[in-house]
Amino acid sequence: MILRGKVWKFGNDVDTDVIIPVQHTIGTDLEEFGKHCMEGLDPHFAGKVIPGDIMVAGTNFGCGSSREPAPLAIKASGISCVIAKSFARIFYRNAFNIGLPLIDSADAWGGVEEGDEIEVNLDSGEIRVVSTAAVFKANPIPPFMQQLISDGGLMNHIKRKLNL
Amino acid sequence: MSSVSQRWCSMPMTITEKILAAHTSKGVVLPGELIDARIDVIMGHDLSTPLAIHEMEKIGAKKVFDPEKIILVPDHFTPSKDVKAAESCKIMREFAKRQGITHYYELGEMGIAHALLPEEGLVVPGDVVVGGDSHSCTYGAIGSFATGIGSTDLAAAMLTGTLWLKVPESMKLILRGEARKWVSAKDLILHIIGDIGVDGALYMAMEFAGDAIERLSMSGRLTMANMVVEAGAKNGIFAVDKVTEAYLRGRARRNHTVFQSDPDARYTDVREYDVESLEPMVAFPHSPGNVKPVSEASDISIDQVVIGSCTNGRIEDLRVAAEVLQGRKAAPGVRLIIIPATQDTYSQAMKEGLLEVFLAAKGIVSTPTCGPCVGGHMGVLAKGESAASTTNRNFIGRMGHPESKVYLVNPAVAAASAVKGRIAHPDEVISRGK
Repeated sequence: MILRGKVWKFGNDVDTDVIIPVQHTIGTDLEEFGKHCMEGLDPHFAGKVIPGDIMVAGTNFGCGSSREPAPLAIKASGISCVIAKSFARIFYRNAFNIGLPLIDSADAWGGVEEGDEIEVNLDSGEIRVVSTAAVFKANPIPPFMQQLISDGGLMNHIKRKLNL
Repeated sequence: MSSVSQRWCSMPMTITEKILAAHTSKGVVLPGELIDARIDVIMGHDLSTPLAIHEMEKIGAKKVFDPEKIILVPDHFTPSKDVKAAESCKIMREFAKRQGITHYYELGEMGIAHALLPEEGLVVPGDVVVGGDSHSCTYGAIGSFATGIGSTDLAAAMLTGTLWLKVPESMKLILRGEARKWVSAKDLILHIIGDIGVDGALYMAMEFAGDAIERLSMSGRLTMANMVVEAGAKNGIFAVDKVTEAYLRGRARRNHTVFQSDPDARYTDVREYDVESLEPMVAFPHSPGNVKPVSEASDISIDQVVIGSCTNGRIEDLRVAAEVLQGRKAAPGVRLIIIPATQDTYSQAMKEGLLEVFLAAKGIVSTPTCGPCVGGHMGVLAKGESAASTTNRNFIGRMGHPESKVYLVNPAVAAASAVKGRIAHPDEVISRGK
């Protein structure tokens, strides 16, 4: 699968408290989570995202709380995937469990600018800047995670396994 | 084949690897391996559980796999701070009733989950524990494998009793020496996070050892295990010893298995620390890794002090705070908020006269809640305000307004800071040796 979108750039250690402050995490309303995406860093972020846009961040993205509204808010805001140098582990699980793809790339962060149009090939792990045709490699998504994404998240994966 | 299996059987493993291996059909697991682990204890709270219930219902699942293994604790926004919080608790309460989950802890018998579960003897050594909260790593203090998960994982665990896990690499942290007065477990873990960084143990198990660890009370070990996630770790783990066994006596609800790391077990990294020269530590905004000794923080004025949380809300923490606050008052303009972590801790603090000390010091004492630690309620900060807090995170906006600041400290430093109106070493309010 190939995703295409505009880059939103973030630094290291983006924590789940800035991704979605706790007061907005109560309940199960995904659209509501999306409205508060990245509110701790930019209160107007959600309004600026065009569906398909891609986040590119530094190390340890999603550190802190296990709150699942964090990846849910990112997904609901319209972001199609997150590329980072590394991810915090609970966030990593949560994202794949809910069907938000994450790409692990050491090089992309230094090679793209905010606003760049990029293409991400989820199968090959290739990231291409549309205007310059520069290409960055990412670690391929592990097969089990690919399975989760293609099953539509962990619960659908389990549903299939349990024949529910 | 037999020689191969013999080799595997004799392969040295860490405590973490042994516990995980015992929860699979395999005898041996290797770091990096994906396993389906059987889960002994599953914990959910008022923020993580409603979403998990929603996920279960979405795929038409009707019954949890074993109601006895599920523990539900409304602790974050309780007593319900608003209608939305009340609705969340109601969803959880009704789910517990419908599913026959008896370990549902209502107001009046509850506490902050990470303080409550150990206190109630619900986690025992050798367990695999998952909790819908990042600080579920706390239970590693008791020699269990414990890690935090999100709501979908929580739903999967409640439904199937198993969860996919990647076996973590282990990092060994050896702490030696006797810490000075007022230097606590909180300072040791802050020092380590400051040293290795907030992703210094990313995806890893942090295994603690050394004579300084052996001397730590269970309360101190719980404080340290609680914060391993702030270094990115998957779990923290302490070997079971006399201190653990004494803690479990009369408390543990089940029999337990003790696992010890083999002497030749493999570690990705081994780090040694001498704790004798350490000062109390302060994590400056906005990272638990931004750690400096308290002597470099004495010019920081504060508006609020919070003593409590899953990190430092146990009775030992309250005793230390009371020792510093005894006969003293919070400085004018400082709001002092004390939150015993469980109902039992509250009751014990009352019996010991600690609550009187706090009230006389112009402090307020709240019913157990995570409250201000997550910026939920019971002491949220306004724009531009600063707090000294015994909690575990100081991210932007963590305790309230994005332009507020949180300094993470131990309970004695928090109490001394309340008295001084700025971050202070306890020696500044109590003369040494007294």
